[in-house]
Amino acid sequence: MEKKRFTISVFTEDVVGILNRVSIIFTRRKINVESIAASESEIKKIYRYTIVITETENQVKKVVGQLEKQVEVVKAVFHPDEEIVHQEIALYKVKTGVLTSGGNAEKIVRSHNARVLSVETEFTVLEKTGHKEETQQLFDDLKPFGILEFVRSGRVAITKPMKTLSSIVEQLEKLVKN
Amino acid sequence: MGKIAIKTKTEQQVMTGSQAVVHSLIAEGVDLIFGYPGGAIMPVYDALYDVEDKLTHILTRHEQGATHAAQGFARATGKVGVCLATSGPGATNLITGIADAQIDSTPLVCITGQVSSNLLGTDAFQETDIIGISMPVTKWNFQVTRAEEIPFALAKAFYIARTGRPGPVLIDITKDAQFENLDFDYKTFNGMRSYVPTPKLNLTKVAEAAGLINSAKKPFVLFGQGVLLAEAEKEFKAFIEKAGLPSAWTIMGLSALDSGHNLNVGMLGMHGNYAPNKLTNKCDVLIAVGMRFDDRVTGDLSRYARQAKVIHLEIDPAEIDKNVKTDVAILGNAKESLSALTELINENEHKDWLAKFRDLEKEEFNKVINEELNPKSELMTMGEVMNKINLHSDQKNIIVTDVGQHQMVACRYAKFKKTRSLITSGGLGTMGFCLPAAIGAKMGRPDAQVIGIIGDGGFQMTIQELGTIFQFKTAVKIVVLNNEFLGMVRQWQELFFEKRYAATTMVNPNFQTIVKGYGIKTKKVEKRENLEEAVKEMLTHEGSYFLEVMVGKENNVFPMIATGASVSEIRLK
Repeated sequence: MEKKRFTISVFTEDVVGILNRVSIIFTRRKINVESIAASESEIKKIYRYTIVITETENQVKKVVGQLEKQVEVVKAVFHPDEEIVHQEIALYKVKTGVLTSGGNAEKIVRSHNARVLSVETEFTVLEKTGHKEETQQLFDDLKPFGILEFVRSGRVAITKPMKTLSSIVEQLEKLVKN
Repeated sequence: MGKIAIKTKTEQQVMTGSQAVVHSLIAEGVDLIFGYPGGAIMPVYDALYDVEDKLTHILTRHEQGATHAAQGFARATGKVGVCLATSGPGATNLITGIADAQIDSTPLVCITGQVSSNLLGTDAFQETDIIGISMPVTKWNFQVTRAEEIPFALAKAFYIARTGRPGPVLIDITKDAQFENLDFDYKTFNGMRSYVPTPKLNLTKVAEAAGLINSAKKPFVLFGQGVLLAEAEKEFKAFIEKAGLPSAWTIMGLSALDSGHNLNVGMLGMHGNYAPNKLTNKCDVLIAVGMRFDDRVTGDLSRYARQAKVIHLEIDPAEIDKNVKTDVAILGNAKESLSALTELINENEHKDWLAKFRDLEKEEFNKVINEELNPKSELMTMGEVMNKINLHSDQKNIIVTDVGQHQMVACRYAKFKKTRSLITSGGLGTMGFCLPAAIGAKMGRPDAQVIGIIGDGGFQMTIQELGTIFQFKTAVKIVVLNNEFLGMVRQWQELFFEKRYAATTMVNPNFQTIVKGYGIKTKKVEKRENLEEAVKEMLTHEGSYFLEVMVGKENNVFPMIATGASVSEIRLK
């Protein structure tokens, strides 16, 4: 079976140590996590981890089974890129002089629709959101002018086909009450 | 530490965290725990001192012994095993037992002391990150830093340990939380939204499975510990009897079905019986009940039961399709699943199919079993010792094994008439498991004849637990099958490493002298003519008894499926 990119969404209770419980499942199988992002979901006290890996579908299924087995994991699902809407954010620090010297840099920033977040005498911070390929393209285009600092967030993703989290949680809570 | 008087006749009682620990245990119905004291857990030990009449503490000689004893107790009784240890080395010494309990689905609650919360992360004396260390091998763990968290944490721990697919849970309690006061009000835990212990039975799947079984010409059942954990022995028997289904066991499922039952076709796996392994690749419908297709059971997966439709009855959704692709998965508790399935299957006999098992069984008897149980060779075999135990007991013993050749021989040849009677380290293969596990089993089931079968290697891994037997007068029977080798590794060296016996020769001390030092009655048998009498003496002796039998040094366990081979390539020699 061929390896491809999958995005795993893990919904967990808000407890200390759950990140470790989630990450050791990947470590144990020697799966490299390409990116990870975590934040509170639309439901208070339920956290959402978005994890990107490249694996066979078979292996991803097993990993998601193991994730969902964790006592404090509410739900875990996986999707190929076609089934999600995803985004990443990247920040670029460049010398302000590069943008004010009338060169190509300003054009590049415009053509990429990058935002200027902060302008200081010494440096300017640019922001671009998009798919990794897009933020990478801006990086590559700016590189000849010198990039002082660069950071890209993990992927965040909204799934197209999934049931709403609140309906899943409602069902689970009913089970506890019964 | 000053004693805090416990208010009575009020719903909430003011007490210390350490008192809350022992009262939570009592509230959970625990009356026996295993452990070893030390600095960070001393307040809890101090609280134990006041409740000695309700809660017995067994002082093992090593924390590893405490976990294995708790495992033996849990496996023999079906209750949650509890152990107690201090921080740092006390806690890390629990890990092997916890890992063993995790892979063999044994319910344990392990309580560890921890340095005071203000010292966490400072490399304080005897500080170790036991939450981090135990995370991969626990079903759940939690660190308590405030006394008020204790009753809830323990209630949740017991609930998680025993429900669904059972497993070990660790609760780490900082020393300041043990000293702090709280209003004690124990409420049992009834569930949480993120944890569904038992999936709801899907009757459509049950009907699909019944359809497959009803049309099967050569159905074959594999059963594991799931039958025991669900207490589904009766339901299992009714199921296989209704449709005349030949049934083979994993070592974790052993004793769930009488050894003498006409549908019991023996042991699966690497050193299992000839017929069930061979015929796995001949059946048309394979029905797995509460087992997880371990690699020691399946051999090469790419050549495992490819011709068969596979039905898997399992409580843990993560086990479905993990190793063997399933055609119909029935999620749920085996007791419920089996009852529902039995209703929908037709009565049947499958006589010709069963006869195929009996034919291969005869072949195995003639080529392997007969010589193992009634050897012509002068050297004694492990099998003949097991045979004597079968002959001179009511076969209602609890047999506890260690790991290695003797384990395979004990599982192959011990006869069982009662359920929950075989306790072994199946998944982890932990040498040193037997002696403490046998102690725990005997303490949980004082009415039962508990016999530990150990090799000379594994015996020396936890030999210090003889001290526990001595102190608590545990009437456990210990049989050391001594071949002066690490026998299983030696067998592999003989078969796969050109007899290069690297580090497998054991130069043993005089076990008789050692055991005598612990006040245990001992006997050493070096000649066959003395074996029968010694076994009889052991079985009728009231207290603890140590029987050492010198067996052939280079005997091998057969049949065998070599690593990487298919189940149907099982060798008789």
